[in-house]
Amino acid sequence: MAKITLKSVEKRFGDNTVCDGINLEVEEGQMVCLIGASGAGKSTLLRCINLLETIEDGEILLDGEDISLPGLNPQPVRRRIGMVFQSFNLFPHMTAVENVMLAPRRVYNKKRAELRSEVAELFERFGLADRMDHYPDQLSGGQQQRVAIVRALAMKPEVMLFDEITSALDPQLVGEVLDVLRLLKGSGMTMVLATHEMGFAREAADKVCFLKAGKVIEEGPPSALFDAPQHPDTQAFLARALK
Amino acid sequence: MSKTNAAGKTRRQIYEDRLRRRSMLIAGGSTLAVFLTVILLVPLAPGWDRVKASFFNWEVFAKTFPKLLEAFKLDVAIFLWSAPAIVILGLLVALARDTRNPALFPLRILGAAYTDIFRGVPVVLTVYLIGFGIPGLGLPRPWNSPYIWGSLALILTYSAYVAEIFRSGIESVHKSQRAAAQSLGLSDADNMRFVILPQAIRRVIPAQMNMFIALQKDVALLSFIGPVEIFRQAGVFKSLLANFTPYVGAAAIFLAVTIPATRYADYLMAKQNRERS
Repeated sequence: MAKITLKSVEKRFGDNTVCDGINLEVEEGQMVCLIGASGAGKSTLLRCINLLETIEDGEILLDGEDISLPGLNPQPVRRRIGMVFQSFNLFPHMTAVENVMLAPRRVYNKKRAELRSEVAELFERFGLADRMDHYPDQLSGGQQQRVAIVRALAMKPEVMLFDEITSALDPQLVGEVLDVLRLLKGSGMTMVLATHEMGFAREAADKVCFLKAGKVIEEGPPSALFDAPQHPDTQAFLARALK
Repeated sequence: MSKTNAAGKTRRQIYEDRLRRRSMLIAGGSTLAVFLTVILLVPLAPGWDRVKASFFNWEVFAKTFPKLLEAFKLDVAIFLWSAPAIVILGLLVALARDTRNPALFPLRILGAAYTDIFRGVPVVLTVYLIGFGIPGLGLPRPWNSPYIWGSLALILTYSAYVAEIFRSGIESVHKSQRAAAQSLGLSDADNMRFVILPQAIRRVIPAQMNMFIALQKDVALLSFIGPVEIFRQAGVFKSLLANFTPYVGAAAIFLAVTIPATRYADYLMAKQNRERS
């Protein structure tokens, strides 16, 4: 059974159909990259999986269980699915470590002291050990994004969603964030990324999906999709993206 | 390489120094001209001698000022017990108006009605209606005290404004902050308490300070229903001495408190604008 299954998911904002019958399977431990032009529906799809958006039709299954059931309490589901945003969205009035500890403290009722040592390990692992007590505005974009990843990981999620997490970064800072993703993949995390980093998708993804106008046009292993795209839309997009 | 003269200044610095000297000279000159005009022209007005005697009488001022200062303590006391109540009630009303829970819908309309009504009625009217109306129910002492009901009138009026300011602060926090907290599995209540409110409150502190400066002045409205605070005390002296100078003294005392507070609020506001840009 797939970790996440999307069955003809439809999402509309008014008259604008953003996800138009999307089917997708993400196996346990897989890294799936969603590629496509801005507005193709990549970000919205991730937000739907995390129940930040409700879907009009279709089903989203997590471990075979329908999480898109209308009326379902989203909070327990969100704890199992971490999300990282393009604009970091750290809480500016808290230090890095407070950002990370807030949700485990409130949701799992963990004590600050025991949490701090637990969280310190995560900071250590992602090269942020000396940044724990800094405020977000004292950190570089790359550091902020890594703190945001640590914040999501501290909830011990089963799946991580990454929404164009390198798009707001200076080019020389992109590498440090992608390294974190490689590290996570090595640890067996199930991940779905919306990304414009074609090189990274080709190198690290298990599966790549090309989206256009809310539809999955083509999907497959990166070697197939990047080197021998079948659909003319995919070919046109890649010709521009890889230029 | 930059060219410098003997004083070690670049030609740009020399040019800017000259500009600065020039504008200071002009500002100083024009200020002096305005002040001289006022000082020379006002005494030429036909009633100036009478105004001077009844508003700026030094003897009366020196005699009444200590008593006025004493009476002002009451204004400060009323302010001090009203202000915390206003913060709490204002925040509760703001939260009530923000609630999405259908069970709390009555709270939401009540909150909206409350802010509409109390922002729509002149403060002095509210003071009269509550300050005379409620003790009129025949309450026993001490529950008929104008201190209680006058303060309540101020609290109800100011909480309505303060609630609206809190609400604008809550709405100014970007929705991505809410989404980030949601994505971590935080409950809506925790989201508000730990993520939204701390940011919202920080943003509206300068605006709230202006409200509290206004409150300090409006405490004087309680004089209409009894308490002998500074405004009423000044009125007593006016009748006693047939002179308006005590009012000028009272104004001076208010200014001694409100001007520093206003300056501080402006400073906070400017600092915040700098930080946000």
